[in-house]
Amino acid sequence: MTVIGEEPFPRGALEVQTVGMTMRFGAFTALDDVSITVGAGSFHALLGENGAGKSTLVKCMMGFYHATAGQMMLGRREVKIHDPRDAHRLGLGMVYQHFTLVPSLTAAENLVISRHDTPAMIDWAREKKALDAFMSAMPFRVPLDQPVARLAAGEKQKLEILKQLYLGRRFLILDEPTSVLTPDEADEVLGHVRGLCEKGEISVLMITHKFREVTAFADEVSVLRRGRLVGQGRVGGLSHAEMAAMMIGASAARAPLPREGAPGSAILSVSGAKARDRSGLKEIDIESLTVRAGEIVGIAGISGNGQMELMEILTGQRPLIAGEVEVEGKIYHATRPEALTLAVRYLPEEPLRNACAGRMSVAENIAFRSFDVNGVGRRFWLDGRGMRDKAGSLVEAFKVKTASLDTPIAALSGGNVQRAVLARELTGDVRLLVISNPCFGLDFAAVAEIRSRIVAARNAGAAVLLMSEDLDEVMELSDRILVMSEGRIAYETPAATADLATIGHHMGGHA
Amino acid sequence: MEHDIGLWAIPIAILGGAIRVSTPFLFVSLGEVLTERSGRINLGLEGTLVFGAMAGYATAVVTGSAWAGVIVAALSGSLFGLLHGLICSLPKVNDIAIGIAMMLFGTGLAFYFGKPFIQPVAPDLPAIPLGFWSDLPQLRAALEVNVLFLIGIVLALGMAWMFRATRVGLIIRVVGDSTDAARAMGLRPALIRTLATATGGAFAGVGGAYLSLYYPGSWNEGISSGQGLMAVALVIFARWNPIACFGAALLFGGAGALGPALQSVGVTQGYYLFYAAPYVLTLGVLIAISSPNRAMTGAPGELSITK
Ligand SMILES: Nc1ncnc2c1ncn2[C@@H]1O[C@H](COP(=O)(O)OP(=O)(O)OP(=O)(O)O)[C@@H](O)[C@H]1O
Ligand SMILES: [Mg+2]
Repeated sequence: MTVIGEEPFPRGALEVQTVGMTMRFGAFTALDDVSITVGAGSFHALLGENGAGKSTLVKCMMGFYHATAGQMMLGRREVKIHDPRDAHRLGLGMVYQHFTLVPSLTAAENLVISRHDTPAMIDWAREKKALDAFMSAMPFRVPLDQPVARLAAGEKQKLEILKQLYLGRRFLILDEPTSVLTPDEADEVLGHVRGLCEKGEISVLMITHKFREVTAFADEVSVLRRGRLVGQGRVGGLSHAEMAAMMIGASAARAPLPREGAPGSAILSVSGAKARDRSGLKEIDIESLTVRAGEIVGIAGISGNGQMELMEILTGQRPLIAGEVEVEGKIYHATRPEALTLAVRYLPEEPLRNACAGRMSVAENIAFRSFDVNGVGRRFWLDGRGMRDKAGSLVEAFKVKTASLDTPIAALSGGNVQRAVLARELTGDVRLLVISNPCFGLDFAAVAEIRSRIVAARNAGAAVLLMSEDLDEVMELSDRILVMSEGRIAYETPAATADLATIGHHMGGHA
Repeated sequence: MEHDIGLWAIPIAILGGAIRVSTPFLFVSLGEVLTERSGRINLGLEGTLVFGAMAGYATAVVTGSAWAGVIVAALSGSLFGLLHGLICSLPKVNDIAIGIAMMLFGTGLAFYFGKPFIQPVAPDLPAIPLGFWSDLPQLRAALEVNVLFLIGIVLALGMAWMFRATRVGLIIRVVGDSTDAARAMGLRPALIRTLATATGGAFAGVGGAYLSLYYPGSWNEGISSGQGLMAVALVIFARWNPIACFGAALLFGGAGALGPALQSVGVTQGYYLFYAAPYVLTLGVLIAISSPNRAMTGAPGELSITK
């Protein structure tokens, strides 16, 4: 907080320092004596495995958590930040890992209300003009007059970053800002932010799992492991292998399993499926889509081109206007009994929202598929101990970091929610697996592990439909690649002969 | 002079009834919209309404001024809202349970303090004869519009504008839609919800004053026939939109006037069935506008019933 009589901070980018930051949740130490300096105008990357304490550190900096011990220094001066409002006043801003936009407000309303000087009466005509002027200086665009709830994950993520830039922050924290952006989109966004750093307008602390982004945009890097600062350095002097070694310590990640076997009979077939898109204005139109047993079909595409709607059609969240979805030759309505007998499993995007009950415990969430079955029949009374035992072994097998099995799942770090849902969905007999951005926000060791599990499911004869905004992931995992653009399947190619440039062309809608 | 207008009497009586009966619906539902848009449900507004009716009437009897009654009703309503808001700000408290407790508390307290005011007569609130241009006494009676009704219209328009184009309005919507987002923005959700509930309580109190000071215009223990509760359904029906609340209040008022209107033209059989019209309407409308593929559009995200 500013003290009267004290000199104000100089204009432009701020230098920010944490000194001995420590955070305990009960007996668990999430952050242990971490000191980091982000120089004025520098772009600092923060690396670490899932659950390393990265989000905890930056939330302490923003006053969202109150650190157990430690200090914040701004421009070499100690500051007390009691809540995010204090941080905002000082010019600090953050893009959170989970989206924090207000769903029912439009993008424009979200931007205007988050300003600290929102006028008591809002002259929308003037604000719209100012927003348009602001947007025209940006290298990317987001529809401003739609409620945020209708935006796709990638658009929300861009809007979160736009918001912070709109607010004129002088120190910006980005918590995995590109997790659902395509590499091109990420470059656009981060390149712009990098430019602002070079102009001396902001300093940036970015959490990421993508080494590519670290090398391309950051000046300096710090690495956390189990809540401790285990390494620091200038980006120029570090190779990806060295960064990886710092992150995971001694042990190395597993390589993806080799694939085996040829595709079998068709498991999922969608024909002539039409549905409204999320804005209600355009149409999703899937002419025909088949996924066979023992094959991974990857759908590439820029976010907001109908992938979200296709996922919703398959999970039964979005009604069809025409056409049908069949699983193993039977019309499929995505009811729970159907999903159970046909062994259909899902990992939707934003799993905390779409595949979990946030306030229920980790053990309960893991039991969602099985709590009411007893062998082949149904059960009436829950088997509490059985549920816990199963959850316990899955938590261990998928390395879900949680304080206990009874912790509400919403308290887990982003990557660990993902792991818990995958643990549930990949367990047992799986004949059809529909997944969307399965590695959203996972660190690289976890990415390798999850991908190898997906390939293992395929090798065991499951049909896998993979929607991902990460083109590398689609290329690495798929047997066959489809490209979605404007709600349609625009292109199809076997992965073996796939050409990146052609795929990119179709993703951009230039066919 | 006797005017015989035949069956025309029915729509005219319904119009008049709609205007007269709708005012308390309008105020309570606007209060509830404000509260729910901030992310809480106050089911206690029925109690606030009854207490407001008693407090307003008692004040008018003692001071001789109906407007003083309205002001005291608003103040007492805001106190009830404040109490609800403060209790709900405590951790692990359920707003619906507290609302039901507040409803019983409000009516109980009103009956306790209201006993001595059942006999005395209080001054009425003024009405504006908007039917002066007509020489049909029925129409003139129907267009005898109370000032509070007009204030209610202004309030509805004002609230709609507030939610769209003022900082306060947007802040209330933010808090009502996402506690996390509000916190990230540095807002204090509990405080904002408490203030919204208190203001909403004041509106309901005014609705009560209308009951006892204008129509039916006396204080007794049966003064409310559940308007406070039906207003909550009305809010859902109106999709949390103040202007739609006005329309819905008129509709409910008109439906409520159906029974008396039929009676007034001499229908002697079965008219009492039409007294149930507002309740049937509530059910019918809720079923008609429900949709299997959309969650309730417009519902604030933090409401405990829609979460
Ligand atoms: N509110 C909380 N209560 C209890 N434990 C918590 C809480 N927040 C975080 N933790 C724990 O602290 C640890 C660090 O979490 P944090 O969210 O900082 O991880 P992260 O490095 O951001 O991981 P990811 O890459 O998965 O986002 C995790 O083990 C998490 O379970
Ligand atoms: Mg995190």
